[in-house]
Amino acid sequence: MDLTKNISPVFVAGLGAVSAIGNNVAECLLSLTNYKAGMDAIEYLQTLHKNTLPVAEVKLSNAELAALTGMDHRTSRTALLSMMAAKEALLDCGLENNPSLRIGFISANTVGGMDKTEQFYASFLVDKNKGKLLDIVNHECGKVTELVADALGINAYVSTISTACSSSANAIFFAARLIKHGMLDVAIAGGTDSLTKFTLNGFNTLMILDKEFCKPFDDNRQGLNLGEGAGYVVLVSKKVAALLQKTPYCELTGYCNKNDAYHQTASSPDGTGSYLAMQGALALSGLQPGDIDYINLHGTGTQNNDFAEATAIKRLFDPLYPAMSSTKSFTGHTLGASGGIEAVFSVLSVNRDIIYPNLRLQTSMHEFPFSAETALSNNRGVKNVLSNSFGFGGNCTSLIFSKITA
Amino acid sequence: MNIFIKSSSCISPQQTFGAPFLTEPISYNSNFLKAIEPSYGNILDPKLIRRMSRIIRMGVATAITCLKQSGVTNPDAIVTGTAYGCLEDTGIFLGSLIKQNEEMLSPTAFIQSTHNTVGAQIALMLKCNGYNNTFVHRGFSFESALLDSIMLLQEGETKNVLVGAVDEITEASFAILNRFGLYKQQHPSNLSLFDAKSKGTIGGEGAAFFLLSFEHSENDHAQIDGLSTFYKPASGKDVANKIIEFVVAHGLSLPDIDVIITGRNGDGENDKVYDYLQENVFINNAVINYKHLCGEYPTAASFAMWFASSILQAGQLPPAVNYNMDTQIKKILIYNNYLGIHHSLILLSAIKQY
Repeated sequence: MDLTKNISPVFVAGLGAVSAIGNNVAECLLSLTNYKAGMDAIEYLQTLHKNTLPVAEVKLSNAELAALTGMDHRTSRTALLSMMAAKEALLDCGLENNPSLRIGFISANTVGGMDKTEQFYASFLVDKNKGKLLDIVNHECGKVTELVADALGINAYVSTISTACSSSANAIFFAARLIKHGMLDVAIAGGTDSLTKFTLNGFNTLMILDKEFCKPFDDNRQGLNLGEGAGYVVLVSKKVAALLQKTPYCELTGYCNKNDAYHQTASSPDGTGSYLAMQGALALSGLQPGDIDYINLHGTGTQNNDFAEATAIKRLFDPLYPAMSSTKSFTGHTLGASGGIEAVFSVLSVNRDIIYPNLRLQTSMHEFPFSAETALSNNRGVKNVLSNSFGFGGNCTSLIFSKITA
Repeated sequence: MNIFIKSSSCISPQQTFGAPFLTEPISYNSNFLKAIEPSYGNILDPKLIRRMSRIIRMGVATAITCLKQSGVTNPDAIVTGTAYGCLEDTGIFLGSLIKQNEEMLSPTAFIQSTHNTVGAQIALMLKCNGYNNTFVHRGFSFESALLDSIMLLQEGETKNVLVGAVDEITEASFAILNRFGLYKQQHPSNLSLFDAKSKGTIGGEGAAFFLLSFEHSENDHAQIDGLSTFYKPASGKDVANKIIEFVVAHGLSLPDIDVIITGRNGDGENDKVYDYLQENVFINNAVINYKHLCGEYPTAASFAMWFASSILQAGQLPPAVNYNMDTQIKKILIYNNYLGIHHSLILLSAIKQY
């Protein structure tokens, strides 16, 4: 089986996103181009940290999300967010009424139905016969995926990936290979995560949450802001691309997954995993470092991540650095959804020649001879975009989106 | 392409870890079969063992042991399946979060609660920078990991993949699943699980890892010829058609299959599809079960693959399976379903003499 890209390329034919900066792709793009960040004081999550930790919440209640998606308002917010973006992506590609196509749904998340489990568990801890079963029935990560797959009528293939903050990049990677192997014609791939007390407190105990709005790739960065949302791309084979009513957005030309194998939560100081992932994605795409026009950074805003990522970038790109920015300065770190949301932003970047600003960057990191972009650009050609997603457990994944060449 | 199982390792409620192949099945009078953990002293650093939860210990120990037996020093990829992930650590962090009202929490349980902890710990221990992925799709968690591994090998750049699945049951998860009516309320011996068609099954847990390669070597256990999954099939007839299609697509007909291992779990309703298949499809096949040995859990198919690959390596059924076969076993089909939602087929064959 020859799986090189020239024989079986995979194209991006649809996009869907919901995040703190917009309830759909158009709204997100408008915020990105208007320097409008989504962080704010906590409004929807019921937590002790309400007035101390800023987060990037999707600006819709569960009832509003349910009304927009047609799902039960009592279901997990993770599934509601997923449905918002996945449905948008499917409608965007225009293939929803094509019964002859094998459509799969590969979705990632890290929290599953934890937002509801938290409610269940409080009663359950007091008495093992207490707690509404309805609140725990969707706890599993895979159940969140199935709620959305069922609502969209997708059954050719469903799967769920959870590799911490690189989860949805791996979902896109896996989905692309399912298409290349001829198992699917179309795949909706990406991920979702809702804010929960579990993750907010977890990251808080690690002391990596910034009490102000985060400053990725800034010398004085203090940590990350958590966010929530969902992002999906619709991947199609060459055969299906020919059936579309429109030109696909771009081609997914490179992907690579490597492990840092250094520490359960920290990145290695030399950025081994990130370096290998970026290098591998370049090798698969047949591109040289100089061909990358923009890097959508993982750029969480923590001391550790940004230093490791910048080190890896220096090792790979020195002395010619592409433009780069972290859109987490808009959306916060959406964990299992980040790779999906940022894939959507990367696709729009390559499709519309947009380079996003990195908000609140005042002082460049003193250890490095390069800096993230502070201003929006839409007049530099963007042929190839590298999107980075790195996570706990050393999981590092890079994707490359490229303009379609005739 | 041929895909070889070079080695395997399994921790389960039976003596499957570093023991002769299922000589004497262990009988339990419980609706939950707990995995028998080995003494890890020879496998893992005692300092590390203390910090690990049960699921991490079981997963890492089977993965490391499997790798050692394969003769491969470091795999090119590590792929893990787990439906529930690290329940114990999740429960600890969630419990203290609630009890302590979000104050004075320790990060340890949170750090070890992410679903990719087992795969990450294996990579960390082996210093393996290769591909690393974790699938968490309920009754498809192991099958997704296996599919990913097979595709990696077919793509040609990955020579060896360490793939496996692990799930644990905790006191809390058992109590919750029990409230959903998953388990039997009487406690007959697991060895007579299939006798009464009463409601519910028995819970189980365990870990199984495999080293897969596209290169053949002398001591390989078996080879994987095919894998297929189907989600929420319409009916038993639909399942039957898919099984026949699968067998035909692999150039076989049902009589070519020496043994069929089915995922019967003792729940009358759940087992109806197996009854239908036995009456209409597997009419002339030897059919055996495995969930009386390991219990029912979303990644139980990994136990079934360990079971099948061990049978093919031995060429015959183990004493623990009460079934007489005088021919050498060369082809096994595993048909599993989880909650009637996740159906999977894994086709294995004995190593041919090359």
